[in-house]
Amino acid sequence: MTRKLAVLPILCAALFAAPAAWADLQFNMPRGVTPISHQIYDLHMFAFWMMVGLGVVVYGGLMWTVIFHRRSRRKKASQFHENAKVEIVWTTLPFLILVALAIPASIVLVNTQNFHNSDLKVQVTGYQWLWQYEYLDKKAEPVYGFYSRLSLASLKRMSIDPPKSPWTDPHYLWDVNHPMIVPVHKKVLLLITSGDVIHSFWVTEFGGQVDAIPGRITQWWINVQKPGIYRGVCNQICGGGHAYMPVVVVAVPQDAFYRWLAASRAGRTSGPPTMAQAKALMHGNVPLALNGASSSEKRLASEVKS
Amino acid sequence: MSTEATTVHGHGPAPGIMRWITTTNHKDIGTLYLTFSFIMLFVGGAMAMVIRSELAQPGLQIVNPDFFNQMMTLHGLVMIFGVLMPALVGFANWLVPMQVGAPDMALPRLNNWSFWLLVAGMSMLLSTLLMPGGAMEMGWTMYAPQSLQTPFSFAFSIFSIHLMGISSILGSINIIATILNLRAPGMKLLKMPLFCWSWFVTAFLLIVIMPVLAGGVTMLLFDRFFGTSFFDAAGGGSPVLFQHVFWFFGHPEVYVMILPAFGIISEIIPTFSRKPIFGYTAMVYALACISFISFAVWAHHMFTSGMPTAANLFFMYASMLIAVPTGIKIFNWIATMWRGSLTFETPMLFATGFIVTFTIGGFTGVMMALVPADFQYHNSYFIVAHFHYVLAGGTLMALFGGIYYWLPKWTGHMYLERLGKTHFWLTIISLNVLFFPQHFLGLAGMPRRVPDYALQFTDFNLISSIGAFVFGASQLLFLYNVVRTVHRGKQATDRVWEGAHGLEWTVPSPAPYHTFQEAPDVK
Repeated sequence: MTRKLAVLPILCAALFAAPAAWADLQFNMPRGVTPISHQIYDLHMFAFWMMVGLGVVVYGGLMWTVIFHRRSRRKKASQFHENAKVEIVWTTLPFLILVALAIPASIVLVNTQNFHNSDLKVQVTGYQWLWQYEYLDKKAEPVYGFYSRLSLASLKRMSIDPPKSPWTDPHYLWDVNHPMIVPVHKKVLLLITSGDVIHSFWVTEFGGQVDAIPGRITQWWINVQKPGIYRGVCNQICGGGHAYMPVVVVAVPQDAFYRWLAASRAGRTSGPPTMAQAKALMHGNVPLALNGASSSEKRLASEVKS
Repeated sequence: MSTEATTVHGHGPAPGIMRWITTTNHKDIGTLYLTFSFIMLFVGGAMAMVIRSELAQPGLQIVNPDFFNQMMTLHGLVMIFGVLMPALVGFANWLVPMQVGAPDMALPRLNNWSFWLLVAGMSMLLSTLLMPGGAMEMGWTMYAPQSLQTPFSFAFSIFSIHLMGISSILGSINIIATILNLRAPGMKLLKMPLFCWSWFVTAFLLIVIMPVLAGGVTMLLFDRFFGTSFFDAAGGGSPVLFQHVFWFFGHPEVYVMILPAFGIISEIIPTFSRKPIFGYTAMVYALACISFISFAVWAHHMFTSGMPTAANLFFMYASMLIAVPTGIKIFNWIATMWRGSLTFETPMLFATGFIVTFTIGGFTGVMMALVPADFQYHNSYFIVAHFHYVLAGGTLMALFGGIYYWLPKWTGHMYLERLGKTHFWLTIISLNVLFFPQHFLGLAGMPRRVPDYALQFTDFNLISSIGAFVFGASQLLFLYNVVRTVHRGKQATDRVWEGAHGLEWTVPSPAPYHTFQEAPDVK
């Protein structure tokens, strides 16, 4: 325990040395923006505090014996080496703690697998090293889709010969050319697969990751509670570009979403959404070109509401 | 059995280099294993320095992503198959015969063969770095189908894994045969030192899992070079199948690396507490229990691969269950220290440090067993922190402690105590500076196995890299201390430590070339 404490001054010194960065440091998992991410965060914190409690017991006992049972204080060692009672206690108690952890974990797990009654389905396909997002209709046929890869600003800076500074791009490795757009307050089912090797679709704010496996479809559901830009990464090594296939999902108001989707299907947009366009949609600013949807476009939009 | 020593034809060592190439002596082979693993520690460590140098800052500064991935893959393989396992086998070679009162290992020629197979395997693995296309890039887990995209050097990597696997299996057979057949009269199984018990259990694990790994990589070889489709979805195979095969090997493999470390700690703590180990029988059963359950938890490495809920639940419960016997071991070590008469020579410092750092790894292990939470932790830097806390903070600390503990017996010289203590404090502090911030990185969303990252992860990565450089440099002190002790130092007594019990402490220091040619009496 004393050695743990010895670490603290160094860590603290290192942290306080950069007070500007202090505010940006993220120590914990984000609570996220979906019902599942909230449940997972709460489970994580529950497990964390359980472990802190156990740590107090274990390290407390260890520290006590290290301080008070040294030879300088006790010339002669006791010779006991068995005690059935305490052994039963420290077999049973941890078991009960595990049961206390397993119950909420099982409940949350079942909730994460509730894939029924989704309002929208999006197929996510991983490739070396980009993502493809396809919006599906009720029959699970893709109606609109596009590819999403690392932003040009990041691409220009990821060079080793000559080395370039990434610091001139505040969103280095954090931006894509075409983000995925989802509506808020709708249950969106993500159907995840891969076109080559295994990838993993991970947005921390959405509560977790799912592997993208060739020949298989894995699922994850989200119901984003507030508009925003949510960033993630590929989390399964997939070759040299593994670090360079970020995920950006922009959650926008429902109205803006369906008008954008209908206009995109009708070919009235200039192509897949850019970051700037997505941000505008997020604020509810629907560009004029997307307004005035014809009745046929409204029908197209309603088709994806399954 | 003859007692006369000397001459090549007698029982002394052969002269010159041939002594080391042809030796069948368990002490010589133990020394070979330990020396080999020591060299590999610096090879694997140098790779870690490359990794941490590149990760100290965002952007690409030192190596390109492909070479980074090769370093990351080889760092894992070298540390597992070249450092931790050989070092533990080295301890087994030195100690198992001496602790059970046997003159040598049961199969001495096989012993020589398993060592040189290991050298051949590891050399071939490292040589893939120099081949066209370089070494493997997909991490030590070799997940298909990415591993099917590799250059032809992959065939050499697979062959080297076969060689190292054969080496492990032969070594394990030898340990089991020694323990079952060569114990001194009166040394009942439940009287054996816990180190022997830990290796006895581990050897069975190895014999079960190594053929599984061999089968898995052979299937990869066929998929890559002979047109089969075991793991290729386009040909009707399943990439997930490889994960099942790999982790059926891979999870018990984790226990292969930690159980003998438990054994070392169980020897050190009673000595410096001047008390018998608390709950000996419970410790033995806990070992057996851990290894038994370890065969039923493999898919907790695959919680995010879309397994059915029922399977996820089963593997969650089984994985959590392992915490119970592991907890028993930690509690029993503390109970052994409880109301003892503790002194903190270097081995005891490392043993105490082991409990501290290993327990952190245990806590994060329980958290990761919870499937929904693992959806976040999986493959992030959180798990990098977790397994380095159990392997570097656990096994490596136990190895350091064990070396300081038995080196006087092996060499006849005492190591430099002050330098040893300095080594300990530098190691444990830098280890925590190195790995603790990685928990935060993982929780914040930094993936593992990346050469580059978004700017928000910079601070903790820099702290981690500083810790890594200090950690790496501290090991040079250890190198100096060990090499110096081999050549000179204060003469060690036969018992070395006043609280030491066990047959190995009854023979002179340094231990003669042949010990227990006549079986000792065990009361």
